Amino acid sequence: MLDTPMVVADRVSKSFGSNEVLKSISLEVKRGEVMCLVGPSGSGKSTFLRCINHLEVVSSGRLSVDGELIGYRETNDKLYEMHPREAARQRRDIGMVFQRFNLFPHMTALQNVMEAPIRVKGLSKAGVEANARTLLARVGLAERADYYPAHLSGGQQQRVAIARALAMEPKLMLFDEPTSALDPELVGEVLDVMQGLARDGMTMIVVTHEMGFAREVADSLVFMDGGVVVESGVPTEVLANPQHHRTQAFLSKVL
Amino acid sequence: MTHTTATGVETEPGIKAIRLRHPWRNIFAVVLLIIVALFITDAAMRPAYDWPAVGKYLFDQRISQAAFITLQLTVYSMVIAIILGVTLAIMRLSPNTVVSSIAWVYLWIFRGTPVYVQLAFWGLIGTIYQTIDIGLPFTEPWVSFPTRVALSAFILAIVGLALNEAAYMAEIVRAGLLSVDSGQEEAATALGMSWFQTMVRIIVPQSMRVIIPPAGNEVISMLKTTSLVTAIPFTLELYTRSRDIAAVTFETVPMLIVASIWYLFFTSILMVGQYFLEKRFARGIGDRRPDKKADDAAASLTGATPVVGSGQPTVVLPPTDPPQGDR
Repeated sequence: MLDTPMVVADRVSKSFGSNEVLKSISLEVKRGEVMCLVGPSGSGKSTFLRCINHLEVVSSGRLSVDGELIGYRETNDKLYEMHPREAARQRRDIGMVFQRFNLFPHMTALQNVMEAPIRVKGLSKAGVEANARTLLARVGLAERADYYPAHLSGGQQQRVAIARALAMEPKLMLFDEPTSALDPELVGEVLDVMQGLARDGMTMIVVTHEMGFAREVADSLVFMDGGVVVESGVPTEVLANPQHHRTQAFLSKVL
Repeated sequence: MTHTTATGVETEPGIKAIRLRHPWRNIFAVVLLIIVALFITDAAMRPAYDWPAVGKYLFDQRISQAAFITLQLTVYSMVIAIILGVTLAIMRLSPNTVVSSIAWVYLWIFRGTPVYVQLAFWGLIGTIYQTIDIGLPFTEPWVSFPTRVALSAFILAIVGLALNEAAYMAEIVRAGLLSVDSGQEEAATALGMSWFQTMVRIIVPQSMRVIIPPAGNEVISMLKTTSLVTAIPFTLELYTRSRDIAAVTFETVPMLIVASIWYLFFTSILMVGQYFLEKRFARGIGDRRPDKKADDAAASLTGATPVVGSGQPTVVLPPTDPPQGDR
């Protein structure tokens, strides 16, 4: 079981009306692997990420996490749409961090982290609070536990968002451009936390424009453009010696 | 404190200037005060207001009972209107077209006709539907009783006011729900929260900030709209009761003043309640501290050095923030 990949995408396509955003994406993410998805905006990387936790419904193809098909149940070769309750159960184990943080503004940092374990897992408040404080300390925000998001900087908010996702003890973490909405001087503190997670063996898929992070931390790099995987491989190799002309064109602009 | 700019030039500590005078503004204020004072002294003397009669009837038992009934009408119909309004608002946002269309038609009818006309209809319900039957359609009813017995004028008044108000509350609630950033629902969903949990814990508390001010208006408006239930006819609320007393004693103006004082008393209490509710739901949003910029600066100074491009796998500790003593 440990050998099975964490995420398997098999010819995944996604259309919004007549607009085909993802065209037959096939890839695998192994346990403990950190994969960076890069590419120009509109290339479908965020959409693909959102398909993995069923925030978007795939139009065709199969997408499974930890050997379990996402969003559908398969019985006798027939696919049955999942009840929202089932989809919610699958999402519990998949953490997600958003570009715009999406912290709950009416709750303190601590309450943000405690909300899901209490409401979704039904755990006792005392245990959850101790764990939440540990997580906030892990992202370097122990002293800010009682601050509301409006009183935190962007980088601090994003670190709370990471702690909030970790509180559900996910087996997979999805990062949707986690540093794109940050002031340049705040990017480092968020990437540090993410690097710490990677070192602890978390399986991560990161949509990012931070090529330095991809080179240093990622095990694999996937370059997407126009809804297809153009090129993938070891980050240092892809970044140093891109094979496809579209990858070359993109990297020449961002590096 | 003086600031030294990048070029090293010291800026002046503060501005000392003669304040601009506004003579016309002051004259206007004085004129207004004189007019108000004249009106008050005149009203105090004018026999038509009959202040002794106002004092006599203000705490008359019939009036205070009527005031209590007005308050009951307001509270009961508002509670029903809010529950029904939330339901209608969620129905209007439903992806099912039948559900959302039914909510739309409800709004179209109940907002599109005057509440006075609706109340008159409710008064005639006993004539239109003479019995209330409980049972399966197209079969003999299990229980059947006359509508006039089952539904008193008081209940009809509440139903009439509530169903009309629900249409307005639905639009207020819908606006509130739509005002919450869609990222909030996504974040809650991604954490595995159910739709109901997302609504109750995340969306509704945030929408309250937008809902409460117009909803407070609606409560105050409802308090006054209760005077229309005479259309049913229901005659025991404040305004109709004052009119009935005036019809016997011929003290019309004093009775209007008595009713107005009671209405003002209730709306004043409601306004205080609204103030505290608004404060409660502004948590985390309404109380931004002015020194947020300083906060950002402090955070950026203490962030660890970026790992990007550092070239070797160094052990990087998560950044820690300083204790809060320096603020």
